[in-house]
Amino acid sequence: MNLSPDYLVTQIFNGLVNGGFYALLALGLSIIFGMLRIVNFAHGAMYMLGAFVAYYGAQLFHLPFFAALVVAPIVVGAFGFALETTLLRRLYDLDPLYNLLFTFAAVLVIEDGMKLAAGALGSPYATPALLDGATNLGFTIYPTYRLFVIGVCVLVCAAVYVVIERSPLGARIRAATEKPELTRAFGIDTRRLVSGTFAFGVALAGFAGVLAAPNTNVTPSMGDSIIINTFAIVVIGGLGSILGSVTAGFALGVIAAVGAVVYPPISNTLIFIVMVLVILFRPTGLFGTAERSA
Amino acid sequence: MTLALIRGRRGLAAGAVLLACGLVLPFVPGVYIVFAIDLVCFALVAVAFDMLLGFTGLLSFGHALFWGGAGYVATIVIANGITSFPLAVLAGVAYACVLSLVVGALAVRRSGIFFAMITLAIAQIQYFVVFQLTDVTGGENGLPITTRGTFFGLSLANDFVYYYIALGALVLGTAFAVRVVTSPFGAVLAAMRENETRAKSVGYDTDRFKLAAFVMSGTLAGFAGTLYTLGNRFAGQDGVDWHTSGAIVIMTILGGIGTIYGPIVGAALYQSLDFFVSKTAIGDKTNLVMGLIFAIVILAARRGIVGEILHRVFDRAPRLVEDEDRPDVLVPDVSHEAI
Repeated sequence: MNLSPDYLVTQIFNGLVNGGFYALLALGLSIIFGMLRIVNFAHGAMYMLGAFVAYYGAQLFHLPFFAALVVAPIVVGAFGFALETTLLRRLYDLDPLYNLLFTFAAVLVIEDGMKLAAGALGSPYATPALLDGATNLGFTIYPTYRLFVIGVCVLVCAAVYVVIERSPLGARIRAATEKPELTRAFGIDTRRLVSGTFAFGVALAGFAGVLAAPNTNVTPSMGDSIIINTFAIVVIGGLGSILGSVTAGFALGVIAAVGAVVYPPISNTLIFIVMVLVILFRPTGLFGTAERSA
Repeated sequence: MTLALIRGRRGLAAGAVLLACGLVLPFVPGVYIVFAIDLVCFALVAVAFDMLLGFTGLLSFGHALFWGGAGYVATIVIANGITSFPLAVLAGVAYACVLSLVVGALAVRRSGIFFAMITLAIAQIQYFVVFQLTDVTGGENGLPITTRGTFFGLSLANDFVYYYIALGALVLGTAFAVRVVTSPFGAVLAAMRENETRAKSVGYDTDRFKLAAFVMSGTLAGFAGTLYTLGNRFAGQDGVDWHTSGAIVIMTILGGIGTIYGPIVGAALYQSLDFFVSKTAIGDKTNLVMGLIFAIVILAARRGIVGEILHRVFDRAPRLVEDEDRPDVLVPDVSHEAI
């Protein structure tokens, strides 16, 4: 066991990086669930697609990283929009489990389709030159790109929170979430809100995918394990609670990283163990209210 | 109506047809015996899964926990020199039983989507533990064994002998599932699925019934898993991977939830498709096809193959005939509905 303060600080930062990805994904999952009452199993696949848009953009069109941060969410969001309006929409009147199963089918198709197109092995994606190297924070030296990831994740989560809780658009979304019938009666097109919300949620996943690209190898299965971690995180934070999802995302990232310092073998399972404890003592999640219809 | 195929004479006939198919399967030209063994094991796990999904409405996305976990336990028993097939199977089944009791007690606290997410997440714990206990499980390389052990003195080295033992297990497991879902216990499950609040209000502790169904399903899934790994003389990472949980879900729904026999057909279809697709240019990316088919089933044929057939045959809208008193009005024909 290595408990030097320097190592611990580094691990906490690593935890914040992972937590940032969890938070972005959990945020999208929660927004979608809040509005559509569906759990998007394909959220990890959308994250993977975002990374591939950045990768192919760079390979084929010399698309720079910062442009990819804008382009990939648009592409992935458009894909999600098409998926929602053509297929997913047909399942809303049924048991929500069918939505989960349909998005699970989408995972299989997207992932193996991508394996067929790009090969199962990963490809590296270069860190943008501007963010290469390391930064001296005074108490520790840490890779600049990873600091950038933490900052961007925090900013995006905060911005989404403000939009949903404070803006007129957010008010409509919340209204459509609480009382869809009544919102429609006020002349608000909830169908477009639903499609837009789904597209925005998966665009967030695509955005996270671009951020992850320089950090890990871009592979068709990169969304595979992160989606299950994210499921556990939204169970912990309370699915549908934006604040809960984001907080749980960052917190669990850090907890898993610090846990790995104390007892390395537990690093992969700690999130799930925390989830079990939360179900035992607070079944609706830390920030969740009464059981939502699901 | 889902019980239409399971109950009484019709159920026996359906079972007999499937059994006949099972008996001749190894002699069908082009069918490899090891393929047939895998098929029968997956059919059994799909039946186990249907007991839960079809009759309680609980969607577990973690049945690889029992299937793969029990498979590892049985393989570990034999790898450690205890070459008794019944003991190895028993150890695996006991593991699945205890595990399903613990996981079930936790998971039934939530329902619907949450139940699916929680079972999925808990199954990941075992997945990582299997990887990390390399001394016991072989880690990434998996755990090969040289023998399937002996069955009361009978060697199981012959694949045909093993196939018919596995088929016998499928018959027993299916009979058990049919017995459970047609019992008064099964009737309570059906009542809960239709209206849980009402079942509660007439005094049933619904969580306990859900847990009981979960344990039966998990234990039977574990039984199937032991037969699978011992049949292959190998316990590997695939068995505990969540994709396997997903494959079990697909087989069951493809065949038809709540029909018990349907999932057997679903498993057979899934395995065959997987086999044929893997021979094409797609190679091991068979999930591309499986996912497409599953998406179509979810969108357009949610009763599954057997379920849709049953629906067409038994649930047809009654024929309209002229009313005896008022010849200008058409009413449903009920003349032959004395069943």
